[in-house]
Amino acid sequence: MIEVRVFATLRDGRDKITMMAPEGISCARDIMTRMNIPDEEVSILLINGFHQKPESPVKDGDVVALFPPVGGG
Amino acid sequence: MAGAYYEKIARINLTTGEIKVEATNMELAHKFIGGRGLGTKMLYDEGVATVDPLSPENKLIYITGPMTGAQAPSTGRYMVVTKSPLTGMIACSNSGGIWGAKLKYAGWDAIIVEGKAPDWTYISIEDDKIELHDAREYVGMMSEEMDETLREKHGKEASVLNIGPAGENQVLLAAIMNDKDRAAGRSGVGAVMGSKNLKAIVVKATRTNLDNIADVEALKVATKNALTTLRENPVTGQSLRMYGTAVLVNIVNNIGAFPTLNWQQSYYPQGDDISGETLADKYLVRPGACHRCPIACGRVVDVNGKVVGGPEYEPLWAYGGNCGNNDLNVIDECNMLCNELGMDAISVPCTIAAAMELYQKGYIKEEECDGVPLEWGSTKALVEWTKRMANPQSELARLMSSGSARLCEHYGHPEISMSVKKQEMPAYDARAIQGIGITYATSNRGGCHVRGYMISPEVLGLPEQLDRTVTTDKAAWAKTFQDLTAVIDSMGHCLFTSFAMSAQEYTDLLNAATGTSWSVEELLEIGDRIYNIERMFNKAAGMKPEDDRLPKRLLEEPVSNGPSEGMVSQLPLTLPQYYEARGWVDAFPTDETLKKLGLDECIGK
Repeated sequence: MIEVRVFATLRDGRDKITMMAPEGISCARDIMTRMNIPDEEVSILLINGFHQKPESPVKDGDVVALFPPVGGG
Repeated sequence: MAGAYYEKIARINLTTGEIKVEATNMELAHKFIGGRGLGTKMLYDEGVATVDPLSPENKLIYITGPMTGAQAPSTGRYMVVTKSPLTGMIACSNSGGIWGAKLKYAGWDAIIVEGKAPDWTYISIEDDKIELHDAREYVGMMSEEMDETLREKHGKEASVLNIGPAGENQVLLAAIMNDKDRAAGRSGVGAVMGSKNLKAIVVKATRTNLDNIADVEALKVATKNALTTLRENPVTGQSLRMYGTAVLVNIVNNIGAFPTLNWQQSYYPQGDDISGETLADKYLVRPGACHRCPIACGRVVDVNGKVVGGPEYEPLWAYGGNCGNNDLNVIDECNMLCNELGMDAISVPCTIAAAMELYQKGYIKEEECDGVPLEWGSTKALVEWTKRMANPQSELARLMSSGSARLCEHYGHPEISMSVKKQEMPAYDARAIQGIGITYATSNRGGCHVRGYMISPEVLGLPEQLDRTVTTDKAAWAKTFQDLTAVIDSMGHCLFTSFAMSAQEYTDLLNAATGTSWSVEELLEIGDRIYNIERMFNKAAGMKPEDDRLPKRLLEEPVSNGPSEGMVSQLPLTLPQYYEARGWVDAFPTDETLKKLGLDECIGK
């Protein structure tokens, strides 16, 4: 399974964590498409804690975290 | 005459009660802008680098920048510049609210406080009129009540800066508070104020705006452009208002850079319990904003029925994962206590975390804890020891109130203090984010994230995404961030504007307000000059090259859990690169560098 975590405004109308079967998913964008999240809403995309892009490959067992544009200090 | 300065400084001697009006040295203002830069140069020239920081010989400079109070975005900032009792080096602590703007509206670029009052005193400033008042009846008063009491007395339109009990007790982690919940929090500036028997400074001004802008029309244009940039940027226009800086909890935790249990781990499984999202769901009453700030990153929260200023990311982390605590309400409560007692909400919980590790390892014994053992995650310990540190009665409380470096040194385990130059590091693990380690190690005021916020490029992707795991180019990035930050701090803008605004936009604002014609490159050179004058103050104060270091844990103990498992800081590789970029040898500028930056007076010092 792939664990998908969403944060901040991306949680509106979505579960914090979704477990997704890996069938039919080859990259992070496939997950975003299924969750109805367009590219422009995602500013930080992590796969297993490291910054990646929507086209980056995703495999069974990965943790994918999606954040909208955020800042702080 | 340059616009946006009132060219007037008050020198208040608390020993004699004498108040002198001096002219702002405009030649120096041109070279160091104001705020942090000019304040540090003034302190350097006052010759206090070698004095005992808590003696009457130390001086406190409260200083605005040319943009402080201006009709431009986020201009509520002022600086407290002094010699730090915590680090023994330069202290330059920045705060928002409206107090700094009111000081400027009253017609003062800065006030210098020196000496020591014979008994507890407060200062009132009403335009040109400055008076000293008896403050004996206010001793022991909490910061918020002090604020309300003096505004009751001097008028609701007054703005109050004060110290709480911690500052009175010269606790080395004491902050200076203003406008109730805004803090010049770091480096123990509140203890210096306490050492002078100075409880508060009240400011009232007839002006409600700067009436000395060099080019009003140009400032309107520059401000309109900056406001558009801030509003259209999703971080400054939306997310900081919705979640505050607290939104960082989940991001930093999810990359495995969230120091946990005093940096023994770097991922906190219960992180979401103390996140900005949870804070917004459960406790947020409304966002809060400083003077003229469209960003509104502040949190106003409900703590057990009391509506108060809420925690930033740093205390959420420090009282949270770093102490093994996922009770968000208790973090809110401890943050409120830090504000009311007047203490640094980063260094206090970080020192408690260090004490908890000393307790875990058996170095602090249960019998030393006066009935409140320092167990990981104990909410009772967090609340009780925070109170005890402000008014230390036991030996352990006294040690803890002096910060983690002195505490851990006392127990023979200095490696447990997660500090740089005796100041506790903030909430980003430098093993997992290579560039931030350079800024921690080389920060002139010790462990600090806002002297070169490498988290922007390495984690948030602003202005572009850098790979947090590599060292390539990080030294040059760190230097540029440090220099630009020095400029923003010296102008009087809030640093958070830099998530959206470009160096050119700051340059346009400053040129319009003061009538200068700086280029971006020239301003960055001023930033470089400011960084170097701070370093020369530290050198005069006795800083050694080995003070530019990170705790051994970050260099030798790989991250033990989470996504960044196995990583260590590569500082030994990046530090020489950084020195080369700065034109420094063995941590200090060469004569050639000083000459190039127009700091000839420091050559040979």
